[in-house]
Amino acid sequence: MTIAPLSYAPAPESVRPTLKSEYGLFIGGRFVEPKSGKTFRTINPATEEALATVSDAGEADVARAVDAARKALPKWSKTRPAERAKILFRIARRIQERSRELAVLESMNGGKPIKESRDEDLPLVAQHFFHHAGWCDKLDYAFAGAKPQPVGVCGQIIPWNFPLLMAAWKLAPALACGNTCVLKPAETTPLTALMLAEILQECGLPDGVVNIVTGGPDAGRAITALAAKGRIDKIAFTGSTEVGKAIARTLAGSGVKLTLELGGKSPNIVFADAALDQAVEGVVSGIWFNQGHVCCAGSRLFVEESIHEDFIDRLRNRMRSLRVGDPLDKNTDVGAINSKAQLATIQRYLKAGSDEGAAKFEVDCALPKKGFWCRPCIFTGVQPSHTIAREEIFGPVLSVMTFRTPEEAVQRANNTTYGLSAGVWTEKAARALEMSNRLNAGVVWLNTFNRFDASAPFGGYKESGFGREGGRQGLSAYVKLGGGR
Amino acid sequence: MSAATRGSTADGGRVEVAKTLKLYVNGAFPRSESGRTVPVLDARKRIVAHASHASRKDLREAVEAASAAQPKWAAATAYNRGQVLYRLAEMLEARRAEFASLMVSIEGRTKADATKEVDRSIDRCVCFAGWTDKIAAVLGGKQPVAGPYFVFTMPEAMGTVAVVAPDEKPLLSLVSLLLPVVAAGNSAIVIAPITGKGANAPLAVALAESIATSDVPAGIVNILTGMRAELCPWIASHREISGVAGARLPDADAKALELGAAENLKRVHLFRDAPGFEDDAFWHSPFAVQPFVDLKTVWHPSTLH
Repeated sequence: MTIAPLSYAPAPESVRPTLKSEYGLFIGGRFVEPKSGKTFRTINPATEEALATVSDAGEADVARAVDAARKALPKWSKTRPAERAKILFRIARRIQERSRELAVLESMNGGKPIKESRDEDLPLVAQHFFHHAGWCDKLDYAFAGAKPQPVGVCGQIIPWNFPLLMAAWKLAPALACGNTCVLKPAETTPLTALMLAEILQECGLPDGVVNIVTGGPDAGRAITALAAKGRIDKIAFTGSTEVGKAIARTLAGSGVKLTLELGGKSPNIVFADAALDQAVEGVVSGIWFNQGHVCCAGSRLFVEESIHEDFIDRLRNRMRSLRVGDPLDKNTDVGAINSKAQLATIQRYLKAGSDEGAAKFEVDCALPKKGFWCRPCIFTGVQPSHTIAREEIFGPVLSVMTFRTPEEAVQRANNTTYGLSAGVWTEKAARALEMSNRLNAGVVWLNTFNRFDASAPFGGYKESGFGREGGRQGLSAYVKLGGGR
Repeated sequence: MSAATRGSTADGGRVEVAKTLKLYVNGAFPRSESGRTVPVLDARKRIVAHASHASRKDLREAVEAASAAQPKWAAATAYNRGQVLYRLAEMLEARRAEFASLMVSIEGRTKADATKEVDRSIDRCVCFAGWTDKIAAVLGGKQPVAGPYFVFTMPEAMGTVAVVAPDEKPLLSLVSLLLPVVAAGNSAIVIAPITGKGANAPLAVALAESIATSDVPAGIVNILTGMRAELCPWIASHREISGVAGARLPDADAKALELGAAENLKRVHLFRDAPGFEDDAFWHSPFAVQPFVDLKTVWHPSTLH
């Protein structure tokens, strides 16, 4: 049975964010010209049109931001926690007030569907600040008897897949614990972080408590280099495993506190006794949420052999109704690929998949002429040794494999250097809980996928990194225990 | 001049519009069905208003409203309840001057002393706005049982809880007892005293007005101004009330509550060991919430074999 593609009239989002044509670096509470003298244009990946010119921070700029954070530290870290809380609560409220504008900007700068930035990213961003606002004066309950103290100046480097949400995941717990921050947004998605800088000012966050330096990999390297010299006390990085390892090398022996949230190749396991239509929805959101630009994406699908054909049929049918295109159209399910470089990476993996013998099925849909696009696709007949079964693609590409016994499912699912997330689909609760015990992953979703909450710790096992973000456990990254020196 | 003071024609001949002090039940402001009122005296013993004197029937009606509203409040996400309490803090802040001036005019306190109590009360509300989504993390958790079971213990709201305020610090005592109760997902019937040293009925009404204009759903907080000694036995024996929060109560009231509760085993927690309401460390702690939750432990096999 096939269903003809549904056609929808476009439903474009009409709100447009107020953007400046040029942005300086946000240091010491104001936007300043970069000492590097360098700037770059940031674009909309769905149209390739320039949105604004932003500063490209050099070493001197990063050092200036770190100095501003150091200068703001004594007062902020000694501000009464209940007063810190009030500022964070204000920030949460202001984000809620400006959330439509922020959501549109997130979709314009990053390519993700407005449906997602509006309904997933922004509510989570506000919740993250709200939740952590509440922690400010409750740290003694999170670390009973251990006398939690701020770590100091935090260098935070974030990726382009959830630009504002990652900024919130980094800043909110750091601020709640009394630290000051230097945040570097990803090169391709700096704009919502700069709008957040305006919000921080509006809400009365003292100057220098948060500094935002835009730029490319060099700015990121400047941050870790300063940390290695002892001028930054903690580094938090979300991004690729390769860069995470490089940061760990740079910081080795320095005593700088480090948390890494890295890549993944997460299994999504469907048993024959699953509610199949529900599982199909979970697989779809697991891999095509945010074009597959998700570190915890369910990019390896393991289907119990007895239902393989039936399940893949259902999945293909569901794929035919995915709407690919304008991120600002409220009907869009799959938006633009974040950058030209990422599109090239994905295309290399698509070629490898076919070259190594897997069978590709992709949605037959028209793509816009301009911008960076990739049709959602699945590969069947994938072997564990195939490149597309082992390496993180970070795109809308699903590798499908089968299993016969729970034992085999566990063994194959765990056969990876990563361990960020896992999904299990079965109507037997005991099986689900047994699988959750046996899967080596920091987050296990049972009969659901890609669920996030400020109160639920997120982070990886193995080479997916270490440290947690969210909840009581996530605060650990931003406190010194034992009373400090 | 306080909104509760009658005013005279001295001010250019204008007569102040005096407020009728009423109860707060199910999101509305009814008079006591009994028709009873008591005069409210200011610090100079002048009659400045009349407070509703709640009856047993008013209590029953409030319990009915509270019980009906509670399940939805408990089922709301903890994050949502936190936002609602934060909204309440915003509303309290807006009436900061009014609360303080009522303490000055009715109780004869200094402005500085009054403001301190008001500020502490508002900050306590902000604190509990931050507790709703953390109570379970602190009071509950997974249990490492010696067998193949997935076991977790979680705090749950108990239902409707009566909040019986003492004769002191009319705003701080009230919010200190009320916030833990509602943060956990319970609904509350608050008894605010109308006679005695610390009584300040106009202030209790101003608090009710703050709650009414916040996003706290109707029926979740009900405020009855009344005689504690008269209402305590009815509270204790009412089977729809699952718990009682009180502190620093006269012995007779404490005994009446515990005696009645002995018949239906509702949880009466009178904070006998607790420090004064100024003690943030205690009154901001999850252990102020713990008495007003039931703990549920859930078991499930974690293996198919």
